[in-house]
Amino acid sequence: MKFLLRRVGFYLFTAWAAITLNFFIPRMLPGDPVQSLINKYQGRLSTDAINSLRVLFGLNTHTSLWQDYLSYWGNLFHGDFGISFTYFPTPVADVIAQSLPWTLMLVGISTIVGFVLGTLAGVGLGWRRGTWMDGLLPVANFFSAIPYFWLGLIAIAIFGVAIPLFPASGGYDGGLEPSFSWDFIGSALYHAALPALTIVISSVAGWILSMRNMMVTVSSEDYVTVAQAKGLPERRVMFGYAARNAVLPSISGFALSLGFIVGGTLVTEMVFSYPGIGYVLFQAIGSKDYPLMQGVFLIITLSVLVANMAADFVYAFLDPRTRQEG
Amino acid sequence: MSIQADPVAVDPAVVAPSEVQLTRRGRRARLGIFRNTKALVGVVILSFFIVVAIIGPWIAPYDPSKVTPESMLPPSAAHWLGTTGTGQDILSQLIVGTQGVMVVGLVAGILATIISVIVGVISGFIGGTGDEVLSLISNIFLVIPALPLIIIIAGLLPSAGGMTIALVIALTGWAWGARVLRAQTLSLRKRDFVEAARANGEPLWRIVFFEIMPNLTAIIASGFIGTVIFAILSEVTLAFIGVTSISTWNWGTVLFWAQSSQALVQGAWWWFVPAGLCIAAVGTSLTLINFGIDEFVNPRLRNTAASAGILRKKKIRARIGFTPVYRGEKKEGVA
Amino acid sequence: MTLASPTIRPVASASERTPVLQIRNLSVDYGYDDNAVHALQNVSLTLHAGEVLGLAGESGSGKSTLAYAATRLLPPPGVITGGEVLFTSSRDGHGGDLLRMSDAQLRAQRWRDTAIVFQGAMNSLNPVYTIGKQLIDGITAHSPRGQKEAAKRRAMELLDMVGIPKDRLSSYPHQLSGGMRQRVMIAMALALEPEVVIMDEPTTALDVVMQRQIVEQIMSLKNELGFSVIFITHDVSLLLELADRIAIMYGGNIVEDASAREVYREPRHPYTAGLLHSFPPLHGPRRELRGIPGSPPDLMHLPTGCNFHPRCPFAFDACTTIDPVLGPTRFEAEEPHRSVACLLHDPAAAPGPVPVELGVRPPGVSPLS
Ligand SMILES: Nc1ncnc2c1ncn2[C@@H]1O[C@H](COP(=O)(O)OP(=O)(O)OP(=O)(O)O)[C@@H](O)[C@H]1O
Ligand code: SF4
Ligand SMILES: [Mg+2]
Repeated sequence: MKFLLRRVGFYLFTAWAAITLNFFIPRMLPGDPVQSLINKYQGRLSTDAINSLRVLFGLNTHTSLWQDYLSYWGNLFHGDFGISFTYFPTPVADVIAQSLPWTLMLVGISTIVGFVLGTLAGVGLGWRRGTWMDGLLPVANFFSAIPYFWLGLIAIAIFGVAIPLFPASGGYDGGLEPSFSWDFIGSALYHAALPALTIVISSVAGWILSMRNMMVTVSSEDYVTVAQAKGLPERRVMFGYAARNAVLPSISGFALSLGFIVGGTLVTEMVFSYPGIGYVLFQAIGSKDYPLMQGVFLIITLSVLVANMAADFVYAFLDPRTRQEG
Repeated sequence: MSIQADPVAVDPAVVAPSEVQLTRRGRRARLGIFRNTKALVGVVILSFFIVVAIIGPWIAPYDPSKVTPESMLPPSAAHWLGTTGTGQDILSQLIVGTQGVMVVGLVAGILATIISVIVGVISGFIGGTGDEVLSLISNIFLVIPALPLIIIIAGLLPSAGGMTIALVIALTGWAWGARVLRAQTLSLRKRDFVEAARANGEPLWRIVFFEIMPNLTAIIASGFIGTVIFAILSEVTLAFIGVTSISTWNWGTVLFWAQSSQALVQGAWWWFVPAGLCIAAVGTSLTLINFGIDEFVNPRLRNTAASAGILRKKKIRARIGFTPVYRGEKKEGVA
Repeated sequence: MTLASPTIRPVASASERTPVLQIRNLSVDYGYDDNAVHALQNVSLTLHAGEVLGLAGESGSGKSTLAYAATRLLPPPGVITGGEVLFTSSRDGHGGDLLRMSDAQLRAQRWRDTAIVFQGAMNSLNPVYTIGKQLIDGITAHSPRGQKEAAKRRAMELLDMVGIPKDRLSSYPHQLSGGMRQRVMIAMALALEPEVVIMDEPTTALDVVMQRQIVEQIMSLKNELGFSVIFITHDVSLLLELADRIAIMYGGNIVEDASAREVYREPRHPYTAGLLHSFPPLHGPRRELRGIPGSPPDLMHLPTGCNFHPRCPFAFDACTTIDPVLGPTRFEAEEPHRSVACLLHDPAAAPGPVPVELGVRPPGVSPLS
């Protein structure tokens, strides 16, 4: 338990660090972005919005940095991330609340599917190394080096344009209203197919490679040989002894690469104009919508931290050594 | 492999390298990296792109930015990779853009490696509170998603040129290397030769530079290559989503224009396929080199990898727990 | 290394000594190409029912290689390049050549007929499973389905047998001391009452007191259960105490194979004689610790002729060209059951009589002229 408490403490600290970073970044950058924004959105920005922008960028000369920082935290606790320009006058929090579920579904599920598939394939490849299966490695290697968004482009070109099997953009049929009807869910799944496929294919190769190497390394542990010496069935040795232990570093690797994977998947959303966080971020970049960008960054960071924590729990569950006190 | 209690400290690459100096066949293996086919293929591909990056501006057949009426031409003898919607030559864009990709990758890689070596080695060497603080910082940087962070920083900057991007990437991408190096330094610190040097009262900098650093070369190299991959992918991604300046060419810019000009819908595959293949080729070459280093460092990966050809020829299947019996060629005993 | 002799010679009283494990001309390489290390060269060794056979030799002489090759557990890049390993049950006569068995046959044979305790048991237990689970899965793999309860009872019994409290069944390996883990490994090896147990340095990592306890435990279990043991160690003094017979390895060959008493009092091979000087005797006056000058052979570049000739105080011309094979001693008539691989014992090659140091006769037998 101590292990988990320590980890939770670490994540809380990291969350604090990320939020603080988020507070300081706009203040450390040169120039007066607010004035240029005011010019850009001539007349469309309310005095309120301009004020909150000034606070955001630390240009509010009446208050000290510390007061700014405190009110920033205060706002966060009220779920107040400011007003989005892009979706003016919708609050950032609402924009995020609308798009987050889409991302969680798409990115969450396809990342986990990619991890599970890749890990299973890696187990097989690692166990049967030295056979024809090694020939798959260069392929996996190549795929692991492809950026997510480019694979998305190719997927659209092939299955969206050349052979129009799947819709190439959007999250659901434009004629439908989001609801819990079969029509809508079916349409959402149909629209998610191509981006999900892209994410799975781009992430699976990396997992295959790392799991294979872990399998090879763990297979030469004495306890695997002992398992063979006991005459256990092959499957039992392969999954129960080799893979069971090889997956441990894979899980911590998973947790650590999440930040990177999430980055890639966000861009995939942009390519597919999928109504998730990534697409919102894309819009925010296009219109220099700083409050939205920052809100999105915070939410992504917090989600990654939560996912990391989940991975830690899984790890602690799988490795008895972390459960011992001390 | 000893898996430590802290999952953040678990990494195969960390644990295995300690075996390098311990293997009985270490002597022969030391030359292995140059004989490793994977690494060799990687080096060849990478060299090609480096050469293109250097001489690119001279060998590009056209001015990559020159707008001509010959728009959306498929590949032909005049335009090997066709033209864009505004009649620019795509091959020239790729050739000229190679430099941007490579320079940012290299600069970011070098900067990040320097940070990671400093943080990792110091953290692993001094131990105690200093180590805890440094580890905490690198762990924070590890879990904070880098790409979104880079995106907001780059998005907030008034103009984000290549060097700025390299700097931002380096500042966000050093943590992994630092962690691996810290773990390895930690294990080196406990080795006999380091203990002996400390007992002899050798100055700290001597121990670090002459006893520890030489044993970290492989890990530093692989960390560097990993960061270069990360930097190249990040940079191309940033250019693709239009965060960075779109006036200088790199492969991401090509894809940005292809995407925003509806190249997909128009079926202009020549516009977006080659750039992606270039990225994948450079990425693959770097991973291949890294695998070469891995196999060099981790004898367990190396053993069969090196002899795969012979195994296939002799039809021996090397596996754990069922030692192959190979009676070919060999003159059997009288018995 | 091309010559091999039929080393399975008639033993003193074949009727009472039934072989359970016969290793014949076993050759093992590390590596698959021409640079392969020839770690074992035509090694032959027989283990009889109920016997404790000690295998001794310097580090790197190939003891572990022999043990793992004989059970086909040698990890890559090990490859067996020739020979046979015959198991014959002394209970019902079943058995066969382990080197020609299919995977399935081998799996069925393993643990039931031959079990092995690994060198360095610290890593032999999977850190993520309780020791109970690891004991039980070995048992259930060899018993009919649905015997989980029986297997669990057996596991408790086994722990009890090696002196570990039964409730430790649910402990994880990291919660046990080194000695306990070693006992667990021994219990595990005995789970199915195998006929042959190979123990590769089962006590090296432990302190002296613990070593003693564990060895005594092994011996009493052996007397109780009646299995045969191949006991590997470089601690010859330990072997002298507990082994019935000792085989001495040098540079991938067995150079001498005789009863423990004979090895101690009447070594026939120069290496054995040297080895005995390299440890203090258990009883009696301490002999001078001479050790053996020189270093163990590099298997990559084995010397020609006898592997031992660069270090052998008795080496003569023929030693650099002729490779001695394991055969009878010069005193074959009186000690037909022991063998040695040294040209001094080959009447055709030896320049003269056996040197006195290597020709010590048992009490009551007149020295040979
Ligand atoms: N993977 C390997 N590759 C090449 N040579 C090896 C390998 N493993 C062992 N050897 C060589 O085989 C020889 C026999 O090794 P083995 O482990 O059987 O020795 P040992 O007698 O058990 O020694 P110890 O007393 O140290 O356990 C050694 O000389 C060693 O150098
Ligand atoms: S054969 Fe020669 S070198 Fe070898 S042990 Fe006998 S006397 Fe010594
Ligand atoms: Mg050994």
